[in-house]
Amino acid sequence: MKLNEKSAHELHEMLIAKKISSVELTEEVFKEIDEKENKVGAYVTLTKEEALKSAKIVDEKISRGEEIKILSGIPCAIKDNICTKGIKTTCASKILENFIPPYDATVMTKLSAINPVVVGKSNMDEFAMGGSTENSGFHVTHNPHDLERVPGGSSGGSAAAVAGGEAIFALGSDTGGSIRQPASFCGVVGMKPTYGRVSRYGLVAYASSLDQIGPITKDVTDCAHVLNIISGHDEMDSTSSPAEVPDFTKSLIADVKNLKIGLPKEYFVEGMDSEVETAVRNAAKIFEKLGATLKEISLPHTDVSISTYYLIAPAEAATNLERYDGVSYGARVDGIDVVDMMKNTRSEKFGEEVKRRIMIGNYALSAGYYDAYYLKALKVRTLIQKDFTDAFKDVDVILAPTAPTAAYKIGEMISDPLKMYLQDICTVPLNLAGLPGISVPCGKTKNNLPIGFQLIGKALDESTLIQAAFTYEKEFLK
Amino acid sequence: MEYEAVIGLEIHSELKTATKIFCGCATTFGAEQNTHTCPVCLGLPGVLPSVNRKVVEFAIKAGLATNCKINQYSKFDRKNYYYPDLPKNWQTSQYDLPIAEHGWVEIDVEGKRKKIRLTRIHMEEDAGKLVHSGTTIKDSATSNVDYNRTGVPLIEIVSEPDMRSAAEARAYMEKIKSILEYIDVSNCRMEEGNLRADINVSLRPIGSDKLGTRTEMKNINSFKSLEDAINYEIERQADVLDDGGKIIQETRTWNPEKGITQSMRSKEDAHDYRYMPEPDLPPIVTSAEEIESFKKSLPELPDARRERLTKEYGLSDYDAGIITSSRAMAEYFDSVIAEGVDAKIAANWIMGDLSKNLNAENLTIENSPVDAKRLAQMILLIDKGTISGKIAKTVFVEMWKSQDSPEKIVKDKGLVQITDTSAIEGIVDEVIAKNQKAVEEYKAGKKKAIGALVGQIMKATKGKANPQMVNEMLSKKLN
Ligand SMILES: [Zn+2]
Repeated sequence: MKLNEKSAHELHEMLIAKKISSVELTEEVFKEIDEKENKVGAYVTLTKEEALKSAKIVDEKISRGEEIKILSGIPCAIKDNICTKGIKTTCASKILENFIPPYDATVMTKLSAINPVVVGKSNMDEFAMGGSTENSGFHVTHNPHDLERVPGGSSGGSAAAVAGGEAIFALGSDTGGSIRQPASFCGVVGMKPTYGRVSRYGLVAYASSLDQIGPITKDVTDCAHVLNIISGHDEMDSTSSPAEVPDFTKSLIADVKNLKIGLPKEYFVEGMDSEVETAVRNAAKIFEKLGATLKEISLPHTDVSISTYYLIAPAEAATNLERYDGVSYGARVDGIDVVDMMKNTRSEKFGEEVKRRIMIGNYALSAGYYDAYYLKALKVRTLIQKDFTDAFKDVDVILAPTAPTAAYKIGEMISDPLKMYLQDICTVPLNLAGLPGISVPCGKTKNNLPIGFQLIGKALDESTLIQAAFTYEKEFLK
Repeated sequence: MEYEAVIGLEIHSELKTATKIFCGCATTFGAEQNTHTCPVCLGLPGVLPSVNRKVVEFAIKAGLATNCKINQYSKFDRKNYYYPDLPKNWQTSQYDLPIAEHGWVEIDVEGKRKKIRLTRIHMEEDAGKLVHSGTTIKDSATSNVDYNRTGVPLIEIVSEPDMRSAAEARAYMEKIKSILEYIDVSNCRMEEGNLRADINVSLRPIGSDKLGTRTEMKNINSFKSLEDAINYEIERQADVLDDGGKIIQETRTWNPEKGITQSMRSKEDAHDYRYMPEPDLPPIVTSAEEIESFKKSLPELPDARRERLTKEYGLSDYDAGIITSSRAMAEYFDSVIAEGVDAKIAANWIMGDLSKNLNAENLTIENSPVDAKRLAQMILLIDKGTISGKIAKTVFVEMWKSQDSPEKIVKDKGLVQITDTSAIEGIVDEVIAKNQKAVEEYKAGKKKAIGALVGQIMKATKGKANPQMVNEMLSKKLN
């Protein structure tokens, strides 16, 4: 097994045993990047120099006999909508093509404490709007398992980097499935934590009430380690939870005895790929075999979650993206006056999908339509939340497919936005309810494409998700 | 036709918190451009606001001081419109759940007391300042933005359309200013834009209770402009209506140089603000206990203080109203009488010579060259008989020019009142000798003629003689 195929915790053991150095590991990752990046396109910006500098610092620490933290010196990818001080943060948009933030996102500040080796900023759908990373303003990212297929999105660059050995772990962001779905398409582990668990300060907003940063990793153990580092209340984010953060690695226990798992019938939708359904149902059987109990449940408002999501997210996005006007930062396209300049800048520099969502959002918020669309969506959102509250009276976690299909072909969906939006059916309800979810690989299609299932937990109960996912993963890898 | 004006005001007041509403930047006025900024108030990608609780406290206090109901559950909203001085292209404001609602204040105009209702008070952030190469954004080759003011906390105080004249509108705005100063939440410096008003004016035939079409004038920042703009707009609208025309609902600007209002944009061009609840800020929840503690911390307010001054010191309602119209003046008054000075005499000096001099030099009472202590010392010299009331006016002028104590001025300038009869006996005799006509009239029973003699003696002694003593001496000599 190549170094860059190993998990972070395995590599950590090798680092402290001085079997490898962080510089060696980093070079290895960059070698992989040199070989396949022109085919995969996982990154927008590569930061080799800074990465090697960080790696050296960690190696020096090790040679001085200092203790290093678990993810120290491990190469990682950061989604390009997470602000990195002094390093371009573009959101894969031409409008921020040359934007260099003067500040670090809180997750970056937290990561800095462990000397991360940031390989680069990973590609994404522009402003996280999309589920295939085809909407990047710069280039399409390809799935390393099948270069003709999408890696999923919007955190497609992060998932492709981890899956293809171009990074050991990554940070993504999830607004409607943007971590879990690409993790599932790329055969890696991805978690959207509870809304408020991880600070959003410095995450360039798409839909503020839905966005959440989370880990994309090679296994569940790495997921727990990354989550340990990035979680916690932040006074810079008023929506971050003040709840105490448990040590998630304490939940790396292989035991699901008496765990009550719900299977929501609405998530096994019509038109769902039968191979995906079989793989997820098999995973359920494995849980049962390991001592968990299964129960069919109902989340009755699942069918309206897509329309709810596609009103709330664009409405928030429409205002969040108003700031890109060419006035004080980002791209500017001149005009005859300031209004003309703003119009030209936004017309030329935003991509089609971004403009589509801005228009939907403004329409939903405009005078005379607010009550019928936005307000109604907010009300339905509470019904969707209630579905989960009711379900969690009977079960501990909910098991469902992460996506109705495995990775599809590049270009297959791009001309049909509605069909593409329907792909989010299994992931958006959690964002609307603010709940945590983890996507775990559970097999492959006959075309050798990864399939993932999703475990949904109660608010702030990522620990149970980690324990269940860890138990499954251990059994599955046997 | 005879019309009645219907006027409502939206007053924007900058709160005097040390830091901005959603970040830690300083709010100090007049700093070098773009030095009081950070990623948050610059609206950079990825930033989030966090509420300065002091702003909430100040807004609640303003609500309590104006008899509002405080909403324990309140929230912020995004008010969306594009303008280059607004980095996010929305203003974080409050829409349907403002911090305070349904209040009132009382005003006095031409001896009549009237209640003006407040619709609401809400919190919001200020925008930046455009610095044009020309005079307006339209005729400028380039414009720069100074973001120092971006995120400075404001409250907007919205009145019901309860005012009927420019004088009432002025009295209302003065009352709001006075209350905000009393509760110490705003500096209310109108020249710095701390306090400004948007005015709504409409007319209706006297006797009608239907509202006419209104026009709005924005960013009025002096009392004079407020009155002038309203009076102009009332006349303009009356002319239009008299000519059979219709008032167009529009925003107009007040041009103080020309003394006219000009059309700025019509209702059709009005923004659709697309208000949306601010998802980055949790609702503002304030407990009943907190509200109660803010209430307890409020100082005595202008109306209560005026009442106390009339009851405790026997000041007239009018005098007490003037003294208490600003907190600074009321405190000055308190400091003067704390030195043992009679309240009515103190009030007369403050409203008389002191105010006259302050106005002449465009000073506020806080910056008065004559502080409360020296004014009190001077008044006490009159009480002791050291100087006459007339000399006191001279002493006051000297005090305005120097920081010397009144005693020193009196001594240095030789202004001590002459109370020794022998010192002026000669002058009295001389005046009697030189004014035989007045003496004869007096002796013939015209007692008033003595006044002319007293005046002559006072003049000859440069006002230093004690007038009562002079009177007595004259009476004795002439009888
Ligand atoms: Zn700031």
